[in-house]
Amino acid sequence: MAAHRCNIFMLVFVLCGLTYVFVRADIEDTNHVKDAESVAVDIAPKANIGASLRSTKTEDQTQAAEEERQWEAETNPADAPSDNKADHVHDTMQNLDSRPAPYAKDQTQEAAEEERQWEATEVKEADRVPDTMQTPDVPPLTPAKDQFQEELVIRPLHSGDIYASFQFRTMWDTDFLRGSKVSHYRLFPKSLGQVISKFSVRELHISFTQGYWRTMQWGQPFLPSPPGAELWVWFQDTVTDVDGAWKELTNVLSGIFCASLNFIDSTNTVQPSASFKPLGLGNVTDQRFLRYAVLPREIVCTENLTPWKKLLPCGSKVAVCLMFDALMKVASSQSFRLSYNTSEICHNSYCKSTVWELRQTLNVVFDLHTSGQGKREWSLFKMFSRTVTEACPLASSSKVYVDGELFELSPTTPLLSQAVVLGDRRTYSVYDLTNQATFGQTRSLNMLLRWRAAESGDMLRPLLHGERYVAGYGLQTGEIHTLMYNNHPYRAFPVLLLDTVPWYLRLYIHTLTVTSKGRDNKPSYIHYQPSKDRLRPHLLEMLVQLPPNSVTEVTMQFERALLKWTEYTPDPNHGFYVGSSVISALVPSVVAMDTNSTRECPLFSSFFPCKEESSYFMRVYTEPLLVNLPTPDFSMPYNVICLTCTVVAVGYGSLYNLLTRTFQVEEPSPGLAKRLANIIRRLRGVPLL
Amino acid sequence: MGLLSDPNRRRALTKLLTRLNAPICVMCYLAGVAWFMGLAFEPFTLRTYMSENAMGSTMVEERFPAGERALATGREFAAHKKKVGGMPVDWLVKTMQSRGLEVFTQSFTRKLPFPDENKERYMVRGTNVYGILRAPRAPRTEALVLSAPCSEGNNNNQAVGLLLGLAQYFRSQIHWAKDIIFLVNEHDLIGMQAWLEGYHHTNTTGGDWSPLQGRGGSIQAALSLELSSDVITSLDLVLEGLNGQLPNLDLANLFYAFCQKIGVLCTIQGKLQRNDWDTTSGYSHAAQTMMLMVLKQASGRPWGDHGLFLRYHIEAASIRGINSFRQYKTDTTTIGRLLEGMYRKLNNLLERLHQSYFFYLMPSLSRFVSIGYYMPAFGLLAVILLLRVSFHLWDNRGFYFYLTPSSPGVLSILTPVVISHMTGVALYTLPILSQEMAVQHFPVSETEAVVLTAIAIYTAGLALPHNTHRLLQGEGTEEGWRVLKLVALLYLAVLLGCTALINFSLGFILALSLVPIAAFITPHTPKALSAAIMVLLSPGCTLLYCVFVFQELQETPVSLQDGWMLFLSVISQGILDHALYGSLVYPLLALLIYPCWLLLWNILFWK
Repeated sequence: MAAHRCNIFMLVFVLCGLTYVFVRADIEDTNHVKDAESVAVDIAPKANIGASLRSTKTEDQTQAAEEERQWEAETNPADAPSDNKADHVHDTMQNLDSRPAPYAKDQTQEAAEEERQWEATEVKEADRVPDTMQTPDVPPLTPAKDQFQEELVIRPLHSGDIYASFQFRTMWDTDFLRGSKVSHYRLFPKSLGQVISKFSVRELHISFTQGYWRTMQWGQPFLPSPPGAELWVWFQDTVTDVDGAWKELTNVLSGIFCASLNFIDSTNTVQPSASFKPLGLGNVTDQRFLRYAVLPREIVCTENLTPWKKLLPCGSKVAVCLMFDALMKVASSQSFRLSYNTSEICHNSYCKSTVWELRQTLNVVFDLHTSGQGKREWSLFKMFSRTVTEACPLASSSKVYVDGELFELSPTTPLLSQAVVLGDRRTYSVYDLTNQATFGQTRSLNMLLRWRAAESGDMLRPLLHGERYVAGYGLQTGEIHTLMYNNHPYRAFPVLLLDTVPWYLRLYIHTLTVTSKGRDNKPSYIHYQPSKDRLRPHLLEMLVQLPPNSVTEVTMQFERALLKWTEYTPDPNHGFYVGSSVISALVPSVVAMDTNSTRECPLFSSFFPCKEESSYFMRVYTEPLLVNLPTPDFSMPYNVICLTCTVVAVGYGSLYNLLTRTFQVEEPSPGLAKRLANIIRRLRGVPLL
Repeated sequence: MGLLSDPNRRRALTKLLTRLNAPICVMCYLAGVAWFMGLAFEPFTLRTYMSENAMGSTMVEERFPAGERALATGREFAAHKKKVGGMPVDWLVKTMQSRGLEVFTQSFTRKLPFPDENKERYMVRGTNVYGILRAPRAPRTEALVLSAPCSEGNNNNQAVGLLLGLAQYFRSQIHWAKDIIFLVNEHDLIGMQAWLEGYHHTNTTGGDWSPLQGRGGSIQAALSLELSSDVITSLDLVLEGLNGQLPNLDLANLFYAFCQKIGVLCTIQGKLQRNDWDTTSGYSHAAQTMMLMVLKQASGRPWGDHGLFLRYHIEAASIRGINSFRQYKTDTTTIGRLLEGMYRKLNNLLERLHQSYFFYLMPSLSRFVSIGYYMPAFGLLAVILLLRVSFHLWDNRGFYFYLTPSSPGVLSILTPVVISHMTGVALYTLPILSQEMAVQHFPVSETEAVVLTAIAIYTAGLALPHNTHRLLQGEGTEEGWRVLKLVALLYLAVLLGCTALINFSLGFILALSLVPIAAFITPHTPKALSAAIMVLLSPGCTLLYCVFVFQELQETPVSLQDGWMLFLSVISQGILDHALYGSLVYPLLALLIYPCWLLLWNILFWK
């Protein structure tokens, strides 16, 4: 007994020890920013050799960062905006021309963003010193190893909702894959860096989404994503066992992001051949190194928000990210999305060196209807229950953009920016948080939006829009319908449709029909990979031309498989999810569509439609499907057991009885004479009659 | 087991069965009827209880405040409806949009096979309007439906008003996890059929509808609301759907639980619940309620707009507001609160409603009879057929009848079977096909033409036995009718068994009338008497009795004349239900039950 107790005490002790270790590890992990501080403090003097002497060792990290920026500004006086513009346009043009179609989206987006930045600076030029954020585009003499930018875009939507998109971009000029092991992390999150180097990841894209982006009401999001969790990874072509790396990677990521990414296995992983191309550098098109998976069932909540916050240099303590504390009240939001994108991008226009880029975005749509009781008024304080008081000291740029002109803003800002985003020309009001003047007397920024008119005008219909549903009834067969809307009045464009269907819906591929405007529409490219039961899903990729102003319907019949009883989820009557299908397309720009040209633009500029605005990349995710499979009544095992036992008993019993019983022909009793004769015969010893 | 392998004991058993066959059959029949009647007796039934945990213990606080405003909206709707002379589509679209819903419309046209005289419609053209309240942070995978029909005249305006009021109230709440679809359907069931077929992109009955633009994923549950007055005295729950399908019992439990909680009088089959089960009147009240349910279920038609949802495995019920002369009145706010509570609970569902029973009868709203309790009643009737099979298969000593060389050829058995079924096919197809011809030659309307043709073919079938014999060579033998009777018995047993599994009520009612004649009909019984009994117990006459009994149970007794007219309209409704919604009762009766009865009729007149 005593020994037992002793064992228990030992066990408790060991457990305590382990807990302590883990807690310590956790604390260290969360405080990696602090670790980075000391590193920064060490590095700073080295970088400042040419600068005046400063007692950096006693200064805190924020100051160090600021100094560094100042120093960069000093040493790079060449970064005049006009030069930048030329570079950017050149870069963009080059990218657009040289790259195959699907890449263009992010290039365009990036271009748009950079352009936005540029234009913002141009306006600023008049009144203040150019910001340091342009520095990465020109090779510095002694390059800043890493830098961090943050921004918030607020876009009032036509439905009356508010779309807030937080974006944080960390760039680091380092090489995770070759050479010595990277051990000094400053702004770039260590946990991700280690993952990248361990698994030789070229690109990593994760998104967690709750709710569905209503394209028809809200227009296009900056970064689309399907409901649930989505993960797609390009591995370096040096990886030999891609499946193994993928499996391990998903498990590691599941730990980092507190999400059930470990449910990603071969049954929901596909290798799309055309729909997902690397967004960063690298012209790999070999889909062997790509893995794509969606978990439509994954629900995003605050436990995912915490690890997301941890990856930010400033955490949630300061800066724009102040607001997520208030985001805990996401209850009032309509749709909610977290995403991470890591990829290698060019460092400069000539691509002589590369940097690693991490973009973390948080997109929220707030429902003004439920919270505002119909009042068309909005303020930061009302939404987030707090105001912005300062920027993240580590950020090289920190801005708030407000989209549109249909409302009054207070305080007003002198900075305006124009950009073509997703094919539409928009005007943004810009608040630069690194400028103390933005905060005014009260040392806090609380934007107030008040709509000028009751009606917010007609929304431009999104040119591309997708829908999906299951048709039919009963539990045997069904039909998946995917509708793709091309709302462009006169231009047709091709789209890539990617459909991943789990194996338990057995697709009848011969029933695949594609019709637009009542006529058969023959896809110019079809890539179909049939499923294998319990091993891999169906994968269908098609390149379809969408005629102008039409609805294209893709239908396919399927049969519902009967699963093994252990394969059912704990709530089998809820149904089984089928992930969203992905529609990727180069959509003709709305700006180019605007032919009546009422805008003030020089006449000479409109002979030919403007090239770089003519089309943009767009990805649309349809809604996931919930399909009921034939489900046994799991509450009936007792009855089933009783019934089977009875059947077995009756069947077996009677059969056994028949088999083992000996049958004899029963003779009628012989007559008296015969009996007498037999007695005599027995006495004589001869055989009886 | 010994029974099977021991020839002696087997012989004893068969001897018992053959010798006492008739008394056992009579006993079984009486026991079956008694069992069925006993089902309404309260000590034999179970009290309803909520099986679904997701809807069980969580309490919901209902706060719907805007009953008066909903009534005002209803009046506005009525005014617009009058102005437009039908569905005020534009007004509805605008109103729903202003309440923050995504609004879509669906137009449909439907040509009935023949004019419906009850509702006075032939070419139906209409529009459904529905608004979807998108649940925040839900990926459009699940939906709930609340529907209200836009009926002719002054009906159901309050229902539409309340629906719009609830839409506005629900929009301002944040806890919805499923999309909620608010549907106003025109031309009641035809509109609902068009909408459901559009939603699921099927076309079972050849309607013509425009495809739907917006969807909310798989629909989990639906309620249809019918309200025609500003205040009501009680709410009636209608469960019976197409082909006798019933929603999961938990939906009824949910309704009952909220009626109890909020304090609204609730009824089923229009009958209140009584506590005096131990008195004769108490028992007869319960029995009447159950009989009404059985008759409604047996009819196979949808008794409310919810009825068509059931085909798509969507649990649905209709809630009907009744304003009678009782003192205690309930206002619209209370009904709104009741619906809010129900939707909040349905919103909590993690899985489809599946925990409770799908097969049940309800003698009152708080008691139910599950399939395990009512099936023996049918089993006792069905076993008679098998007993008779054994009787005809074995002789008195317990040996099988051996087919002698003089046994009838296949042809002599097949001929009556085929001819009976041909008559059935004629009964199924001809009424609609020949309506034009009938209208040209006789001074009747199309509807009358269809019904009268059906009755004429039905009656003409009685003359068949005399003609079948002409096709056969020689006399029918003793063996011949025995074999034919065996076939008829087995056929009827299979038929009734299958029917009862799908629609117990229909199976039971048919068994009640068909089993006695199937059991005791031989060519040797007195011809005139037997023929009279057979005609009186034929499926057509059973339908006639059901009409009278139903009217009696509903406390609206009709005279013989009215009853007959009602009977005719029931036939036309049955044919229409089949053509419009795919109800299976008419084809079942015409193609299977009636030919089976004709076989028995053939046996009676076997020569």
